[in-house]
Amino acid sequence: MSKPKVGFYWCASCGGCEEAVVDLAETILKVVDAVDIVFWPVALDFKRADVEAMENGALAVSFVNGAIRTSEQEEMAELLRAKSQLIVAFGSCSHLGGIPGLANLHHQAGIFRRVYQEAPSVVNPENTVPQWRTEVPEGTLTLPVFHDTVKSLDQTIDVDYYLPGCPPPVKLIVGAVMAILENRLPAKGAVLAPDIALCHECPRKDSKPEKLLIKEFKRPHEMLTDSRQCLLAQGLLCLGPATRSGCEAPCVGANMPCTGCLGPTSHVKDQGAKVLSALASILDSNDEEQIEARLDDIVDPVGTFYRYSLPASFLYAHPSANGGPQP
Amino acid sequence: MSRKIVIDPITRLEGHGKIDIFLNDAGNVERAYFQVPELRGFEKFAEGRPAEDMPQITSRICGVCPTAHHMAATKAVDDLYQVAPPPAAKKIRELVYSTFYVEDHALHFFFLGGPDFVVGPTAPKAERNILGVLGKVGLEIGKEVIGLRKELRDLISLAGGKVIHPVFGLPGGVSRALTEEDRQQFVAGAAHAVRFARFSLGIFNDVVLKNPKYVEWILSDTYTHKTYYMGLVDRNNRVNFYDGDLRVVGPDGREFVKFPARDYLQHVAEHVEPWSYIKFCYLKDVGWNGFNEGADSGVYGVAPLARLNAADGMATPEAQAAYEQFYQTLGGRPVHHTLANHWARLIELLHAAERMQELANDPEVASPEVRTIPRETPREGIGVVEAPRGTLFHHYQTDERGVITKANLIVATQNNAARIAMSVDKAARGLIHNGQVDDGILNLIEMAFRAYDPCHGCATHALPGQMPLLVSIYDPEHRLLRTVRRD
Repeated sequence: MSKPKVGFYWCASCGGCEEAVVDLAETILKVVDAVDIVFWPVALDFKRADVEAMENGALAVSFVNGAIRTSEQEEMAELLRAKSQLIVAFGSCSHLGGIPGLANLHHQAGIFRRVYQEAPSVVNPENTVPQWRTEVPEGTLTLPVFHDTVKSLDQTIDVDYYLPGCPPPVKLIVGAVMAILENRLPAKGAVLAPDIALCHECPRKDSKPEKLLIKEFKRPHEMLTDSRQCLLAQGLLCLGPATRSGCEAPCVGANMPCTGCLGPTSHVKDQGAKVLSALASILDSNDEEQIEARLDDIVDPVGTFYRYSLPASFLYAHPSANGGPQP
Repeated sequence: MSRKIVIDPITRLEGHGKIDIFLNDAGNVERAYFQVPELRGFEKFAEGRPAEDMPQITSRICGVCPTAHHMAATKAVDDLYQVAPPPAAKKIRELVYSTFYVEDHALHFFFLGGPDFVVGPTAPKAERNILGVLGKVGLEIGKEVIGLRKELRDLISLAGGKVIHPVFGLPGGVSRALTEEDRQQFVAGAAHAVRFARFSLGIFNDVVLKNPKYVEWILSDTYTHKTYYMGLVDRNNRVNFYDGDLRVVGPDGREFVKFPARDYLQHVAEHVEPWSYIKFCYLKDVGWNGFNEGADSGVYGVAPLARLNAADGMATPEAQAAYEQFYQTLGGRPVHHTLANHWARLIELLHAAERMQELANDPEVASPEVRTIPRETPREGIGVVEAPRGTLFHHYQTDERGVITKANLIVATQNNAARIAMSVDKAARGLIHNGQVDDGILNLIEMAFRAYDPCHGCATHALPGQMPLLVSIYDPEHRLLRTVRRD
């Protein structure tokens, strides 16, 4: 019997997801014995044309990381969808849009203006910005066109499963691959990680008070953080209650709050809304003005609550995508 | 009438370089353009974010060198709040940074740049990879590289929370102190790193320097540009990756200017071309005079070779000896031969390993005092480190709450962008004649930019395998004549 064929691909990403796969080190060798990796541009010589030549469904599974920003990325995602029995969105960017998804707070023209014209180190008297096509004395040069918004993978193609995290924890990657090999996958659409909030596996969970109430929100540089006590109880915006577990809380281990990279559990549709409701319930006040003042202490609600999930959120894309006003 | 050759890595579109080569009627190169087809706009969406989150947000620029962005951002927020971290915190940061340097430089040599030399620049392409390297130096070495990488990356996780996207940098210190037990793990890792660095330089000596043909490649005019060089130096003008002043030397090797990071805008400027998303840095004091070399052109280089050229030596003893041998062999400072970057990188590997060892053996790194609480009102902060691929600038302005209002980032490869473009153009001109393009020639052109360990989208350099290329040759009506694939 031939081994199942597997593909890896990356879209708009930082390369961290690829590094995470390399970090499997010896662990991956067990997996490699059981499958045939036939498409992994970063490491292997098989090319797009090789994928195009495959029968539809020839790949048992493709792992796709990175968000979707260009037409080329859309084409590759669609090609892999056609050739793969299963598509796994790999990592925060693919799953929810990721940190680069925060660019959806801005219009592309605003990004270009800042980067190529306003940045203090730029000297650009002619206000040049990069062009899709440029005529140079020798001929024509082209650059890929960028869409105005960053999309998650499932806003582009049908996705079967999700591996969450920035990057996905090694343990979850191995678990997912084994589940596929042993044919014990959950229902389609599942996130392949425990469906329970991070607090449950937090090394500091015993220090979380039964009824958590806090007077004010603090920022990590403003205080000497106790290295044993629940960070939320210390007033830090730890997103553990609104974030899925599976990472074993390495950020908390380094004495820093969870920023939510694994996304929400299946019971939550919008991670940022969940954070807001979690925070509202622990704020120790019934006075409206006081509550408002305390919430004002959160200096960047959208960037904090939706750090990794803006493109997938109800806030979704830039207003212009819905015909709204330009910034 | 001209023909156009496009070298486009078809499999890794995002974050890759793209080369367009225009031929004239005779089939010789009119000009080769090196393009970067990506932009994510971190400078813009940094606006509105809390400054203390920038070390974690900007690390997402690159999952291969997240520690460099994390550290530049952390230093920028120190500056923003005018706060000095306690000595232990500063040492922990530099210890982690040195560990990261060893791991990153080692990977480049064995997996990416090394194959060209260890296996040979015109060896069959099937052998020009990590497996070919292992064929030359033995499979045990491969296991050693993987083992060292894992050990060092686990150490970064130990101190930094996560190796891919660390979380420990805060204005005024680090989030977590190291225990004495943690420190002992670093001591063991550092000893391993030093042994490994010596061994790697030994391989370079045996395989490359003892082969006159390879030395001839390094010295050849095709891979040479006489430009300015920039790098961080300590008080004694020795190479430093984490801290110090920026020093620039001219094509003649003499100091041109030395300045603190805070003054970078007086000395570094960026030029915009319509055909690439990357901006091209140049020395403001000299000016932008096109893609040209020489003292009248503001083009400068960064990264290993540039750092060695910009310094008077290395800060650690064994690396210093290697530095002296380097300049003795290559005819004195500065060295303008781009391919010498590979050798310079290994000297830096040894420097990083020795520095890691010095810091790990300092009992103070296990001190519990790792935080200074910022008291000043934030306004503006600038942080600079030497990323493995060159000088990295982070510059933030904030409101009085420390929320970013403006951010400016100059990433390592941007400093090198003009010089890389020139190297590719020169290599293409030197190697393509009468329309003859084959796989070997393409690799020789590719070597011109691989030596820089370029970091477009920041993932290009680090992983096994080679940069895949597709060359399409078009007639003047843009009809495809033929393609050459370089898998």
